[in-house]
Amino acid sequence: MPMHEVMRQGLYDPRNEHDSCGVGFVVNIKGRKSHDIIAQGLKILENLDHRGAVGADPLVGDGAGILIQIPDALLNDWARAKGKSLPAVGRYAVAMCFLPRDPAAREEAVRFFEQVVAKEGQSMVGWRDVPTDLTGLGKTVIETMPVIRQAIVASSLSIRDQAAFERKILAIRKQILNNLPAMAVKRNIPGLTEFYMASFSTRTLVYKGLLLATQVGTFYHDLRSLLTTSALALVHQRFSTNTFPSWKLAHPYRLLAHNGEINTVRGNVNWMYARRRSMESDLLGPDLNKMWPIIPHNQSDTACLDNALELLVAGGYSLAHGMMMLIPEAWAHDPLMDPERKAFYEYYAALMEPWDGPAAIAFTDGRQIGATLDRNGLRPARYLITDDDYVIMASESGVLPVPEEKIVRKWRLQPGKMLLIDLEEGRIIDDAEIKQKLAREHPYADWLKQTQFKLEDLAESEERRALPRRNDLEALLHTQQAFGYTQEDIQFFLEPMARLGDDPIGSMGTDTPLAVLSDKPKLLFNYFKQNFAQVTNPPIDPIREELVMSLVSIIGPRPNLLGHHAGNHYRLEVTQPILTNTDLEKIRDIDNLAGGAFRTQTIDTTWPADEGAGGMEAAVARICQEATEAVLADYNILILSDREVGPDRIPVPSLLATASVHNHLIRQGLRMSTGIVVETGEAREVHHFCVLAGYGAEAINPYLAFETLEQIRVQTRLNKTAADVKKNFLKAIGKGIMKVMSKMGISTYQSYCGAQIFDAVGLSSAFVNKCFTGTATTIEGVGFPEIAQEAVARHRAAYGENPIYRGMLDVGGDYAFRLRGEAHAWTPESVAKLQHAVRGNLPEEFHAFTKTLDDQSERLLTIRGLMQFRFVPTPVPLDEVEPASEIVKRFSTGAMSFGSISREAHTTLAIAMNRIGGRSNTGEGGEEADRFLPKPNGDSERSAIKQVASGRFGVTTEYLVNADDIQIKMAQGAKPGEGGQLPGHKVDKNIARVRYSTPGVGLISPPPHHDIYSIEDLAQLIHDLKNANTKARISVKLVSEVGVGTVAAGVAKARADHITISGYEGGTGASPLTSLTHAGSPWEIGLAETQQTLVLNSLRSRVAVQVDGGLRTGRDVVVGALLGADEFGFATAPLIAAGCIMMRKCHLNTCPVGVATQDPVLRKRFTGTPEHVINYFFFIAEEVRHLMSKLGFRTFNEMVGQVGKLDFRKAVEHWKAHGVDLSRILFQPELKPGEGIHHSELQNHHLDKALDQVLIKEAKEALENQTPVRIEHPVRNINRTVGAMLSGEVARRYGHAGLPDDTISISLTGTAGQSFAAFLSRGVSLYLSGDGNDYVGKGLSGGRVVVRQPAVAKRNPSANIIVGNTVLYGAIAGEAYFEGVAGERFAVRNSGAVAVVEGCGDHGAEYMTGGVVVVLGETGRNFAAGMSGGIAYVYDEHDQFRKLCNMSGVELEPVGLAELGLADEPGRPRQRGTSVDDNGMGDPLRFDAERLRILVERHLLFTGSTRARFLLEDWDSALSRFVKVVPLEYKRALLELRAEASAAAAAAE
Amino acid sequence: MGKVTGFLEISRHDRTYEKPEVRLKSYDEFIVPLAAEELNGQAARCMDCGIPFCHNGCPVNNQIPDWNNLVYKEQWEQAVINLHSTNNFPEFTGRVCPAPCEAACTLNIDDNPVTIKTIECAIVDRGWAEGWIKPIPPSHATGKTVAVVGSGPAGMACAQQLARVGHAVTLIEKQDRIGGLLRYGIPDFKMEKHHVDRRVEQMAAEGVTFRTNTDVGTDVSIDDLLAEFDAVVLAGGAEWPRNLDVTGRELDGIHYAMDFLTQQNKRDAGDDEATAAPFGTISAKGKHVVVIGGGDTGSDCIGTSARQGAASITQIEILPKPPVKENKAMVWPDWPTKLRSSHAHEEGCERDWAVLTKNAVGANGRVTALDCVRVDWEKTPDGRMAMKEIPGSAFQLKADLVLLAMGFLGPRRGALLEQSGVALDPRGNVLADTVQYRTSRDKLFAAGDMRRGQSLVVWAIREGRQCARAVDLFLMGTSTLPR
Repeated sequence: MPMHEVMRQGLYDPRNEHDSCGVGFVVNIKGRKSHDIIAQGLKILENLDHRGAVGADPLVGDGAGILIQIPDALLNDWARAKGKSLPAVGRYAVAMCFLPRDPAAREEAVRFFEQVVAKEGQSMVGWRDVPTDLTGLGKTVIETMPVIRQAIVASSLSIRDQAAFERKILAIRKQILNNLPAMAVKRNIPGLTEFYMASFSTRTLVYKGLLLATQVGTFYHDLRSLLTTSALALVHQRFSTNTFPSWKLAHPYRLLAHNGEINTVRGNVNWMYARRRSMESDLLGPDLNKMWPIIPHNQSDTACLDNALELLVAGGYSLAHGMMMLIPEAWAHDPLMDPERKAFYEYYAALMEPWDGPAAIAFTDGRQIGATLDRNGLRPARYLITDDDYVIMASESGVLPVPEEKIVRKWRLQPGKMLLIDLEEGRIIDDAEIKQKLAREHPYADWLKQTQFKLEDLAESEERRALPRRNDLEALLHTQQAFGYTQEDIQFFLEPMARLGDDPIGSMGTDTPLAVLSDKPKLLFNYFKQNFAQVTNPPIDPIREELVMSLVSIIGPRPNLLGHHAGNHYRLEVTQPILTNTDLEKIRDIDNLAGGAFRTQTIDTTWPADEGAGGMEAAVARICQEATEAVLADYNILILSDREVGPDRIPVPSLLATASVHNHLIRQGLRMSTGIVVETGEAREVHHFCVLAGYGAEAINPYLAFETLEQIRVQTRLNKTAADVKKNFLKAIGKGIMKVMSKMGISTYQSYCGAQIFDAVGLSSAFVNKCFTGTATTIEGVGFPEIAQEAVARHRAAYGENPIYRGMLDVGGDYAFRLRGEAHAWTPESVAKLQHAVRGNLPEEFHAFTKTLDDQSERLLTIRGLMQFRFVPTPVPLDEVEPASEIVKRFSTGAMSFGSISREAHTTLAIAMNRIGGRSNTGEGGEEADRFLPKPNGDSERSAIKQVASGRFGVTTEYLVNADDIQIKMAQGAKPGEGGQLPGHKVDKNIARVRYSTPGVGLISPPPHHDIYSIEDLAQLIHDLKNANTKARISVKLVSEVGVGTVAAGVAKARADHITISGYEGGTGASPLTSLTHAGSPWEIGLAETQQTLVLNSLRSRVAVQVDGGLRTGRDVVVGALLGADEFGFATAPLIAAGCIMMRKCHLNTCPVGVATQDPVLRKRFTGTPEHVINYFFFIAEEVRHLMSKLGFRTFNEMVGQVGKLDFRKAVEHWKAHGVDLSRILFQPELKPGEGIHHSELQNHHLDKALDQVLIKEAKEALENQTPVRIEHPVRNINRTVGAMLSGEVARRYGHAGLPDDTISISLTGTAGQSFAAFLSRGVSLYLSGDGNDYVGKGLSGGRVVVRQPAVAKRNPSANIIVGNTVLYGAIAGEAYFEGVAGERFAVRNSGAVAVVEGCGDHGAEYMTGGVVVVLGETGRNFAAGMSGGIAYVYDEHDQFRKLCNMSGVELEPVGLAELGLADEPGRPRQRGTSVDDNGMGDPLRFDAERLRILVERHLLFTGSTRARFLLEDWDSALSRFVKVVPLEYKRALLELRAEASAAAAAAE
Repeated sequence: MGKVTGFLEISRHDRTYEKPEVRLKSYDEFIVPLAAEELNGQAARCMDCGIPFCHNGCPVNNQIPDWNNLVYKEQWEQAVINLHSTNNFPEFTGRVCPAPCEAACTLNIDDNPVTIKTIECAIVDRGWAEGWIKPIPPSHATGKTVAVVGSGPAGMACAQQLARVGHAVTLIEKQDRIGGLLRYGIPDFKMEKHHVDRRVEQMAAEGVTFRTNTDVGTDVSIDDLLAEFDAVVLAGGAEWPRNLDVTGRELDGIHYAMDFLTQQNKRDAGDDEATAAPFGTISAKGKHVVVIGGGDTGSDCIGTSARQGAASITQIEILPKPPVKENKAMVWPDWPTKLRSSHAHEEGCERDWAVLTKNAVGANGRVTALDCVRVDWEKTPDGRMAMKEIPGSAFQLKADLVLLAMGFLGPRRGALLEQSGVALDPRGNVLADTVQYRTSRDKLFAAGDMRRGQSLVVWAIREGRQCARAVDLFLMGTSTLPR
C-alpha cells in the first residue's frame, strides 16, 4: 500500500482530513515580470513556515507550493535544446504532471494523456522532465515522490482564442483524471490513479509538493533559473490534520489557494452533482458532458472549490464573478449595502448555494490575481502596497522585508470583501468597484421582480383542501401516538417553546442508550448525531453575529448554473423553512397563485397497516418512483406528506422518505428540477427539522406540532393567542436551527440544506448507502426491517389496545427517569448504592453499584456494554498489579466551573484530587487566588487543571502559572460547538470577582475561541499558553464525532501535550436539550478513532490521551485504557459521590443538595466531603486492578491500547442491536517496530527559540530585585508570543499584582509575530514601532502595549492597519494604545483593559464585560454585540455609528462636558492607576469627558498620534462628536450596586 | 414540572385529623382533606426530579411527578388517568399506605417530603366525585376463564386487570364480603368500606364474577378449579398469625388481633352481633388492654380499643425503640427504620419497647396480667441481632384483654395449600417468581402476601397487576397489560 493512499481502515477515513494554512502572494500591479518576484514569493513561504506543520518526522511537512505565470523563456530554452519550437504565448498550455512511480503505470498514463489530447484535436509539443534536487528531503517524502514532468500541448488552429483553448484543455484534463480510477481497475494498473495534474493552463504553472516551505525553491530548479520570470507569485504552506505524505494535497490548486475550510462541502458537491441534467453551456457545448463529474469524490474541500470555480470561469463568468457566487458576502441583513449589489447576490442565491466556512482565498488565472474573505472574516489576510507598484498579500503582516517608507498603504481584507489586481489593466480594483460593475451588468433587480415569488406575499389559497378533521382529542391523541409523541415532548419541548419562544434548556448529561441499543421504538432522527466544528473551523454565534445568518430557503427547481439568459427563471422564496398550514396550502395551490410558474404534486408517504413492517421498503420505492414520475411530468415542487396517517395507514419516517427521495433524484440527475417540501406530523423538535433539512427538505410543515400546541394552549390555559403560540414555536425552531447550523460554522439554511452534516450511529451501511448516501456510519446497526418495526410499534400504540395508551401519551423517560420510560445509567438504585457505598466506605455496596451498570446482558446502555474481555487463563497475582494509589493519579475530575457548581462542591473535589495525586479542573471561570496556597492542614484547594475556554473568564497570567495542566476547551460533550451563558442571577459578588465582571450581569462564552478559527491558530494558542507557563502540560479537549481522530492528529502536530476525547454523554450546567441529546458521539467511537489515527500517523507516544464523558465504573476505565486512553476524567460520578442526585436542575439554581447552586440557603445543604470522593476513586482503582490481574497486566501502561483484549459480544437477542458490529472500533492498526501506543515521550515546543529567552535574561534585575530595566530589540513576524514567557516569570514571583508600572520597559522595531504582548503582566511594557499581527494583547494581565507607526512612514494612521484581528481577546487588566486601525473583533471579551485605537473592523468590543475602549475613527459593523460590561467611546465623525452598532444590549449616550468638582472626588478618573485592576478610570457612569481626555492624552503621549493631537487641539468640538456606548445591563447593575452601597453607608451611620 | 422554586417558598402542609375527642365517638374516617388551592401549592413543591426517587420508592411505581404537575396545573382529569395507569385502587393506598414514596422523596433528605399520599388521595377522590372513574369493560372477550382465589388487594387488582383485557374472571372469597384484609382487617376509621364496594361495583361492570363464602379447599377443591378455569391465581394472603408461645396463652382474654378487628368491622358494616362475632364477642370496653406488637395492626387494635372504651391501652414491642431520626446519609431513599407514631397513639396509649412477654397470669381462666422483662439487643459475631434479658428488670403489666399483633408467618396452613401441593419457599410462602408468578403447578399462579409474605396493600396491588400480565401472557402469548 503506498503511503499516500492510506485507505480507510478501522475508524480512520481519509475523508475526514482537514487542512489550513498560510497563504500569500506578491504581484507587480503593472504586470512587469521578473525573477525577483519568484524569489520574493519563496521568501514569503519561508516566513509563513510557522503556520505549517511537521509530523512525526521533522523532515516531512504537509506540503507547500507556488503558482507563477507561464515561464515562456524557460520553456523556449528547453524547446530549443530539444530542437522543438513552441507556439506563441497563449497558443500552448503546460500540464504540470505528477506521474506514477511505477514505470508501467507511468507509461500508460503518458499514453492516455496523449491519446485524449489527440482525440480532442490538440497536439503534443513534448514532455519536459522537471529538474529537481532531493537534498534535504525526508525518506518518506522521497519514497512517495512522483515522477514530475511537464506536458506541453499546442492548440489546434480551429481554436479561436486563448479562452477557448483554456476551455478545451479543461475538458481534456477532466476526461483524463476522471477516467483514471476505472482504467486502473480495468487494466489492473493500480498505480495509474497516482497520476495528477497540479496545473494545466496557458497562463499559469504550479510548482508544489510534499515539501517544507524552505524546500520549494531548492527542490525545483526551475524556480531558481533566471529565465523563470513572472509578474505574480501565489504561495501556500499547508497544515493538515494528518501526516500521510501526499504530494497532490499541497496548494496552490489550478486557480486558487485557500486558508480555511469549507464546512458545507459535502452538500456543495452533492448539489453540483445534482446539476448534471440541468446544466448547459453555450461556451462549453458538448464538452460539458465530457467533464462529469465536475467535482470528483474524495478530494479536499479546496480542490472541490477549485473545480467549481474552474467550471464557472469556463462557463463564462469572470474570476471575480465566480468567487462572488461561491462565497457571497453577508448581504441579507446589511442595511448599508446598495440595492443593486443586494439584488445581484439575491439573484445568484438561487443559482448557487454558498460554499460556507472560514476562508481566505487567493485566486488567479494569470491575468488577474485577487483574494477574498468569507462573510465572517474568520481568516486573516493582510496586504500592503508599495510606491513601486507591488502588492504583497499574506495571512500575516511582515512576511517580506519592505522598507517602511516605501509602503503607501497597509490594509487587510475585510469580511466578504475582495481585493483584485488586474495585471492587464495595471491597477488595483477595489471591492466597491468590482462589485458595482458586476451588479450593474444585468438588471438583476428587475429580473427578481419579474421572477421571484415570496411566499408571504402570495395571497392565501382559496381552494382549501379538505384536511382530515381531528375534531376530538382522542383522534388527536392517536395521531400523536402514531408519530411517537411522548409526555416529555409536550412538557419539555412544545409547552416551553409555546411559552417562551426558545429551544428549551436542560442540564447534566445524557445517560440513555443509543437509539440502536434502546428497547423502545425511537424516531429515525435519533440515529443521527449532529456534527460540529472543532479546531479546524469555528462555530458561529448565531445570536450576537446574526448579521451573517440567514434562514431563507428557495423552494423549487434551480436554474441552469451556466445559463446567462436567466431572467426568465421563476423562484419561490420563504423567509424561513418552517411552513404554517396556510403557507403549505399556498404551495399546494401555487399553480393558481404564481401564474403557472410552479406545479405542485403531493406524494403520500404512508403505507397500508395490513402490510405490517414488511410493507415499508416497498412504500419507499413507490414514493421514489412517484417522485421521478412527477418530476418528469413537470411538477417542480413535491410535497412528501404523511397526512393520510390513520388506523389503516402507517407513516414512513419522514426523514426516510425525504432522504430517499432527495438522494434518488440526485442519482437520477433530477434533483435540481424540483423542490422538496415535507408535510409531516413527526417533526417537532429542533433536531428533527435540522436532520430533515440536512437531507434535502427545502421547507417543512409540522402540522401535528401546530395542532398539539393548540391543544396545550387550551388545556393549560396558556395566556396567549393561538397566533402567538405558533409564532413562538416558529421563533424557537428558527433560533434552534440557526444554532445547529452555526455549530458547524454554517451560516445559511441554503447551504445547510442537503449538506448531510450528521454521523449515523447504529444504522447499517447498506441502509445508509441507499437512503443517506455519503453519511458516515461506524458501528453498523439497523436497516429497513427494524426501522419499519419501530414505525409499526408506534402505530400499534396509537390504534392498538394497550391500556397504557388509553387517554395518555407514552411517558418518554428520556429527560427524566421513568420506570416505563427509556433506560438510564443513573437510576434510583445506582445513585443510592453509590452514595451509601462512598459514605459508609462499603466495597460490597460499591460492587452492587457497578454491577447495575457493567452487566448489560439484560439492559443495553452503551457501546462498551457490547464488549467483553479476553481474560488470560492464569491471572496475575493481585499483589503484583500496580497499586491503586498509583492508578488514581491517572484520574481527574471534570471541568465544572465555580459558578456552575458551588464553592463547597468545587473545593471538595479539588481537595480530594490533590490528596490522591489526581487532578481537579477549574472549569471555565477562573479560580479565587486564595486557593493557590495550601491550607494550614496541608490540604490544597488549587485545581491542578486550569481551563481556558472561549470566554477566557478569569484567565490571568497568575491563573495560568498556577496550573499543572492548561486545558483548552475546544468543545464540551454536552453541547459541542456552543458557547455558554451564566445568567445574571448566578453571578454573585464572588463569581463576579473571579471572573472580573460585574455582579448581577449575565456572562456569555462565545461559541468559538476567537483566536482559534483553524488548526494553525490552535497551534498558536498552545504556543502562547506554553510560553505563559512553560512547566504546564497543554491539553486540548475535543468531543467525539466521526473525524475526531484526524483532528486529534492535527492537535498532536500542533504540539499539544495532552488530548481529551469527550463523549456526548458528558454533563453540563445548562445546555439546549437538542444539543445534550443529539450532538456528538459516544466516546468509544471517538477514542478508538483517535488511537488508531495517532498510531497510523506515528504521533501516539508524544501525547497523553484522556477520555471522559460518562465514565462510571472500573470496567469503563479498563475499556477506555484498552481502546487507547492513558488518563480518565470523571464528572458526574464523583459529583454524585459528593451528594448530587441527578436533579437535572443545575440551570435553575435550585439544586436541593447544594451542589449546582449559588443560593446560600441551598449551599448549606451540601454534605459531601473529600473522603466520599476519595473513596469513590479508590473503589474504581481497585476494580481496575482486579480486571488488570485477570487480563494479565501488571502495569497500567502495558494495558493502554491493547485493543486485542476486547471482544465483541453480539447482542443477538436484541431486536435492534443484533446488527451492531464493533469491528471497526476494535481494529488494531498495524504497528511499526518501535512504535509507541501509549504516552511515553515529550513534545518539543521549540521554546528555546523564543525572543523571551533573551528578554528574561535582560530583565533579570527587574525580576529578582524589581529594579527598572530598559531593553531594545528588533522583532519579526517569526517572533511569536513576545512577552508572555517573561510575564509568566513575573506572575510566578509577584502574582497578579505584578511589578510597578513600566519596571520592564521594552522597545521593539519591526513587524511582530502573532500574539504580541499576550498575557503581559503588570510592570511589563512593550513599545513597538512597526505593526502587529493577530491577537495582540491577548489575555493582557496588567501590562502595557503600545504599537505605533514608524516615524519614517508617511501614511495616514487612520487609514492604515496597525494590528490584526482579535486584539485584546480576554484581556483582564492593563492598557493598550494603537496608532492606526485594528482588524476585526477588537477588544473581544475584554474584561478590564483600557485601549485606544484609531479605527477598528467588524464586531468591535464584542462580548466585552469590562474596561474602556476608545475608537478615534471608524468602526466596522456589529460593534458591541453581546457587550455586557465596560464602556466604549467612538469618535463618530460621519454620524453613522448608530447603524454600525449592534443596539440589542447597549445604549448610546453623548459624552457631555467635564463635571465640576474636587479633583479627588471619589469616582473621578485619574492619570495613574493605583493597582493592577485599576487604570484610574473611576466611576464608569460619570466623568466621561475627563476619562476620555485622559485616555486621548495618554494615546498622544505613547504614540505621538497626529489624530490625538488634532482632537485635543479643539477638544470641546471633538467631545461633541464622541458617542459613549454603555451596556444596559451593566448600567442597571452599577446603579443597583451604588444604591446598595449608599444604603449600607446610611445604615452604618 | 410544578413550580421551580415551589419547594423553597411553600412549606409542607398535610391533611389533618379530627381531634381525638371527636373522632373517638365513631368509627368513621377522620382525616380532613386539604382544600383545592392548598393542594395546588403542595403539588407545586414537587421538583420533578431528574431521577424521581419517589417513583421508584413507590411499589406500584406511581408516576408521582407527572400527576403532581397535573394537579399543579389543575388538569385533574388527566391526573386521574395517569394515576390509574399504575394503581388500580389509589383510594386505598391514599388512605392506608405508609407512603414509602414520601420517604424516598428528594425533599425528605430535609424531612419535608411532598405530601404525595394526600395528593394521590385527592386525585382519586376527585375522580370519583366528578364521575370520571368509570368501568372499563373489555372491547372483546378472549373466551378464556380465570379464577382468582382471595379478594384482598392483590386478588382484586389481578381480577380487574384480567377482566379488562377480556378474560372471564371469577373472584373467589371465603368470607361473606369481597375485600379480604381491606374489608375486615383495616378499621373503618382508617378506610370506610364504601370505597371497596364502589370498586366491586366497577369490577362487576367490567365483567368480574364474584363468589363469596367459598373457601377453596373446603367448599371447592383446587383440582376442580383447575379443571374449570384456564388459569387459577392464588391470592389468599398471609393470614397465619404469629402466636405468643408462653405459659398462660390459653387464658381467656388473649386473642389474635385479626379476630378482634374483624368483629368490629362487621359490626360497622351493620351485621348483628351473632353474625359479627359467631364465636363470642371480644370487647375492650372498660378493660385494661395490652397490645403486643408495635406495627400497624397493633395501631389498629389501639384505635379500635379506644373507640370501644378501654380503661387503658398499653402497647409493647420486643424490638428496641427505633431512633427518632434516621441516618439520612446511609438510608435515604430507602425505607427507614425509625420511630413512627400513628394517629391511634394520640388517642390514648402507653408504649414500651424492648419488652419480652414471659408469661400470662390469670385468674378464673381469664387473663389478668402479663409478666414481662426488658431485653437488650446486641449484634452477634455473624452480624445478626440477638436479644438478652436484662437481669432484675422483670415487671408485671395489668391486662384484661391481650391482643396479639405480632405479625404473620405466611399463608394459612390448610386444605388449600395441601390440595394444591405447590412448592413453598424457605419462609413458607408459595414459591413463584415476580416475572411469571407461576407456582410449581401448571396453570396455577400466586401473587400478593401469599407469595411474598405479609406486606403492604400497595405491594399487593403491584403483585396483582404484574401477575395479571403474567397470566395474560400465559393465556394469549402476548399481553398489553403493563407490569
